[in-house]
Amino acid sequence: MAFGGFSNPDSRRAAALIAAPFVYVILLLAVPLSAVVLFSFWTQDFMSVDTTFTLNNYRRIATEPIFGVLLQRSVFVAAMVTLVTVLLAYPVAYFVSFHVEPGKKSLWLFLITIPFWTSYLIRVFLWRVILGFNGVINTGLQQIGLIDEPLTFIIYNVNAVIITLSHAFAPFAILPIFVALEKIDRSLLEAGLDLGESRFTTFLRVTLPLSVPGVVAAVLIVFIPTIGDYVTPEQVGGAGGRLVANMIQTQFFALNNAPLGSALALTSMAMVSVIALGFVFLNRRWLRGRR
Amino acid sequence: MKGLGLRAYAIAYLIFLYAPIVLLPMFAFNDARIIAFPLSGFTTSWFEMLWTNVALGQAVRNSLFIAVVTSVFATLLGICAARAGAMADFPGKRGVIGFIMLPLVLPEIIVAVSLLVILVQIFGLNLNNWSIIAAHTLICTPFSIAILNGAFQNLDPSFEEAAMDLGFSRFEAFRLITLPLVMPGIISSLLISFTISLDEFIIAFFLSGANPTMPVFIWSMLRFQDALPQVMALGTILVTLSVVLLVTAEYFRRRGIARAGRKDTGGFL
Repeated sequence: MAFGGFSNPDSRRAAALIAAPFVYVILLLAVPLSAVVLFSFWTQDFMSVDTTFTLNNYRRIATEPIFGVLLQRSVFVAAMVTLVTVLLAYPVAYFVSFHVEPGKKSLWLFLITIPFWTSYLIRVFLWRVILGFNGVINTGLQQIGLIDEPLTFIIYNVNAVIITLSHAFAPFAILPIFVALEKIDRSLLEAGLDLGESRFTTFLRVTLPLSVPGVVAAVLIVFIPTIGDYVTPEQVGGAGGRLVANMIQTQFFALNNAPLGSALALTSMAMVSVIALGFVFLNRRWLRGRR
Repeated sequence: MKGLGLRAYAIAYLIFLYAPIVLLPMFAFNDARIIAFPLSGFTTSWFEMLWTNVALGQAVRNSLFIAVVTSVFATLLGICAARAGAMADFPGKRGVIGFIMLPLVLPEIIVAVSLLVILVQIFGLNLNNWSIIAAHTLICTPFSIAILNGAFQNLDPSFEEAAMDLGFSRFEAFRLITLPLVMPGIISSLLISFTISLDEFIIAFFLSGANPTMPVFIWSMLRFQDALPQVMALGTILVTLSVVLLVTAEYFRRRGIARAGRKDTGGFL
């Protein structure tokens, strides 16, 4: 790093301090990611890797139906999870921000975040216990006589994956929306009411638009990691609920095809980035259009 | 009373959040091999079986070692970044900090894949606990920075300046003035990084080689019907431990805010 433009000694010290974590991220993230990019243009040749440049891996991903199905399903599941999570989370964030006394807000946030810090694997497994054929829901409904046969549409399919992931990512959605709601100047709401708006139209025309940055952050924070989730589809997804991460793992381990696995990982990452950036862009235009 | 409907909804939501966890102790103490209702009787034998499971013991020791080393490394890197963040600007500072925070938004499987490729395929190294520590430090550092940012930005820079005017060196001023003031943030960062590393599965799954961590071992237990009650018992212990750790971390975070004379504005992150 060049220090030519750093006139102030304090700036120079700040740059020197930040060099350690910066170099660490370069070595452990940027360099390995470049290696993955390189690898994705190579091919697996039985036990060795053929290092001649080729687009074969990407051609296979584009043409073989299995990859297209998995990628589409991953995007669909991530989108559904995001929608469900954000819709369910918004009223909770609103409640904590507007209806809880200031002294008790951090207690509420603490209660909301605790489940998120407990073992992810075990939480996902517990959803299998809840949704399974002889799980809590099915035995419960059978005992009160509502159903005779276990419900099959809630386990080992895409629905189960969506339910489980929506639970796992709930706090991620609540926190950014809460932060955006907290920033809203409360006198704007009074102004809305004074000018003859009802409580509901004030919410629609003042609170909701002002909380959009929080909603956008929540969407991104939920959407991006869910698309790469491996544990949930493996545990509750069954054969029809597999997502792209399961295929990446299979390519790297069972099929010993690291180049194709690399290409698949990069393809899914590129799709996530394009969708996320597109969402942010559309949102900006929409907000500008309203002014 | 206004907001009554909302309050009822929020409480129902909390019940939804806690529903799976409430099941854990029920089945952990249940005297049956199958995880299903109705419950049959009380037993502590699953906990006793855990205690005598040698392979699990080794996995727990691996995980504890990895989590302790990771939390120290991530917090040291976090201190550098958060302190730099609170100091004067330099060209490109925001970009550099954004780059360091990147692992926070990257799907973990991407981190796992990229490290697997470079360590095994390119350098041909053997995987061990240190490969997991390297990866966990990468993903814990952004959390550490987020926590420590609060601590460092609440700090009044004139304290350190005063100490240096009184003849202390820059390092002494940092050690004697700044460090004690940000110590609650540091402890909180250590605990959070420790918790994240201890629970992290997918990266450890890709990078663990022959030496599984605790989550990787739990994953293998989930395949065996007979091992499931033991998983429930282990889960009960883990949930209890992480709640204790989090309450401690929260206590130190609040004390840190109180020490800096600020008002509390929310939880972690």
